Amino acid sequence: MSRYFTEDHEWIDVDGDVGTVGISDYAQGALGDIVFVDVPEEGRELSKGDEAAVVESVKAASDVYAPVSGTVVEGNAQLADEPALVNSDPEGEGWFFKITLSDASELDALMDEAAYAAFVAKL
Amino acid sequence: MSDTADLNVEDAPEGQEIIQTLPLDAWHRARGGRMVPFACYEMPVQYEGIMAEHLWTRESAGLFDVSHMGQVVFTGENGLGPVITALEKVLPGDITGLGSAKNRYSLLLNEEGGILDDLMVTKRTLDGAEELYMVVNGATKYDDIAYLLDFVPDDATLNLLDEQALLALQGPKAVDALSRIVPGVEALVFMTAADFTWNDVPLWISRSGYTGEDGYEISIPAEHAAAFADRLCEQAEVKPIGLGARDSLRLEAGLPLYGHDLDPETTPVMADLGFALAKKRREAADFLGAERILAERENGPAVKRVGLTVAGRQPVREGASVVAEDGSVIGRVTSGGFAPSMGAPIAMAYVPTALATPGTALKLLQRGKTHDATVTAMPFVPHRYVRSGAK
Repeated sequence: MSRYFTEDHEWIDVDGDVGTVGISDYAQGALGDIVFVDVPEEGRELSKGDEAAVVESVKAASDVYAPVSGTVVEGNAQLADEPALVNSDPEGEGWFFKITLSDASELDALMDEAAYAAFVAKL
Repeated sequence: MSDTADLNVEDAPEGQEIIQTLPLDAWHRARGGRMVPFACYEMPVQYEGIMAEHLWTRESAGLFDVSHMGQVVFTGENGLGPVITALEKVLPGDITGLGSAKNRYSLLLNEEGGILDDLMVTKRTLDGAEELYMVVNGATKYDDIAYLLDFVPDDATLNLLDEQALLALQGPKAVDALSRIVPGVEALVFMTAADFTWNDVPLWISRSGYTGEDGYEISIPAEHAAAFADRLCEQAEVKPIGLGARDSLRLEAGLPLYGHDLDPETTPVMADLGFALAKKRREAADFLGAERILAERENGPAVKRVGLTVAGRQPVREGASVVAEDGSVIGRVTSGGFAPSMGAPIAMAYVPTALATPGTALKLLQRGKTHDATVTAMPFVPHRYVRSGAK
């Protein structure tokens, strides 16, 4: 399984043709205390770059974009009751949604863990 | 991921983009404050996190740096009387009848009775001279001064105390922490003030604040502010608190924020700040906009500021619309967010007076999504001011 990152601070873990998407540890730190998450419903078709989810901290609302194109197979229902999971475990239990990839070649434009770490270090 | 609605940190008036630093700038950074531009200053939005800081202030004591606010002093060659008479033209409070060292909340009015600023005013005697001490908002202070200079008599002097820092210590344990360092402050009651000294440093302290909690506001020469803030934070009850929690605390307390919940198009009656219109002044009707303001008071304003509790968990923020069943816009949200002490989203909005009664169900529209809301009496979280007797 490999993990990719976007410049907008989403991550995607790819296992076969299904990807799991969330926001990075850097992103949750920048947002602060997360109080609400709206995840996409199963069956929703997303193109790369579409607004896929909403995350709200005490101070701000932010959009989460689809890092790849595909069809949503599951939203993380746990985040409705426990949005703070995004703060405590952003790259694990705090995942947002799962998506079947319609074009795996879109992953080529994303960063790997090392490239993302270097990207964040410059911010 | 990108921000679509950020904390209100872009309050710089047009043409005033130069960002200044606070006397405690280095102090904030050393303590991990995340600095953002606000009211032309770099200010700490948070240290450990807004939620934790908010809850800490409600249960213990939080230290806020509010040195961006304008501390203004008026004196008069022929005494304070003529100065106050002139100021009462633009302030609808009974400043003449205000006792020495008592704080009064008031509103700076324009010709139409609109609100140019909200402020605190105190009559005080320092070094034998009587003066009027006023604290105004940071983003409006230069405009306020220019405006006020047009009204005060020629023999009056107006000084902006830009060499004074202003700290607020807020929370139920503020009295314990501050009285340990500055004995005597426990004898003050809500909305009274006095001068004190700390290590020979003169302090002007009032028992007041912007969180709904008991607490103090402390004016101190800027060069001593860092040492005093250090001394406060040595007390087990005290942690530094950023602007983010200041905003959520004042929202829960139902206190309006100038530039958001109050503006020049809004009158004191629309803003539900009728308590700031002194009876004596209403009877005299001798302040700017009195005719309109008194008519609104008599007949009800077209719109009124209300508190809203929002269904669900998603915050509805400034800029959202209040909509009727048919989708037409009938009001606007002027402040909103997640209330840490309540675990729910709340807001302030202007709505038609007929819909301003607590319990009224309303619909809010934000980024294409409709939210149910209920008009709720403010404060959302009860005030815990200390109104009489020393502890």
